[in-house]
Amino acid sequence: MEKLVIAGREFRSRLFLGTGKFSSNDLMKRAINASGTEMVTLAMKRIELDDKDDDMLQHIINPNIQLLPNTSGVRNAEEAIFAAQLSREAFGTNWLKLEIHPDPRYLLPDSTETLKATEQLVKMGFVVLPYCQADPTLCKRLEEAGAATVMPLGAPIGTNKGLQTREFLRIIIEQSGVPVVVDAGIGAPSHAAEAMEMGAAACLVNTAIAVAGNPERMAIAFKQAVEAGRMAYESGLGLQADSLVAEASSPLTSFLND
Amino acid sequence: MKVWLNNKEVETDSITVSQFLEELLLPRYGIAVALDNKLLPQGQWSETLLYEGMRLVVIKAACGG
Repeated sequence: MEKLVIAGREFRSRLFLGTGKFSSNDLMKRAINASGTEMVTLAMKRIELDDKDDDMLQHIINPNIQLLPNTSGVRNAEEAIFAAQLSREAFGTNWLKLEIHPDPRYLLPDSTETLKATEQLVKMGFVVLPYCQADPTLCKRLEEAGAATVMPLGAPIGTNKGLQTREFLRIIIEQSGVPVVVDAGIGAPSHAAEAMEMGAAACLVNTAIAVAGNPERMAIAFKQAVEAGRMAYESGLGLQADSLVAEASSPLTSFLND
Repeated sequence: MKVWLNNKEVETDSITVSQFLEELLLPRYGIAVALDNKLLPQGQWSETLLYEGMRLVVIKAACGG
């Protein structure tokens, strides 16, 4: 498989993992290891003095893993920039999953604020991976603003509904000069394989692995699906026929009768 | 002296932000501090004096996608 390069860093794995919704940090760590991922997202929260929670950070720190802090919880570009500065200070990385979704019902990203924040954060030296609508025009604008990737959604966060935006994802992939990471909505390994067969550079998966009956084995299933999909893409898929009229793949000449 | 940490009032004898964070047994890595909605870089923690009613925000990592 071709290596994925984002902002000069090479990734052998094209599966990125989110760390939300796991029933324990130990299970999260085992799923991360099983997936082979080299990019893991995390969020931020305020410290509570009486909170004796196990620190999740120690479970994901690994020299082979790029931390990708997100800006979840912000409502506009200004708040996103503040959150980005805090994350750079706390985690020592300028990589950032920019997500601005002020609407709590559908968690759909605000395109105007996302573009505005991307423009400013790039100027401030951040490596910006924006979670965005599957809007080809927006994705080109984000690329022009200096985004390191674009991360259009397949379906709303946590829905497991797969690639509801597939035709727009095709256009985005065809036009993009930066890696296209399909983020949100991927609910089954087949969805991830489909995205990779279309030419997506990577998939970001969280809920589908975290809430699986066996997250560790599901992480392996996603790893294999992403690899299979990518290999299929690089190998060149056969064209799909326009009609259901069969085209024989075996000789039709009769050989049992004269 | 009383200061506000993440919207909770805390009594402290510390003089600086750095001492205050040590008093709370917070690690130096994995947290960030904001003062008046602006980042307070780690390099300034030891020279920033606490004052009565000071409002600090301290964040750390959380699980998220």
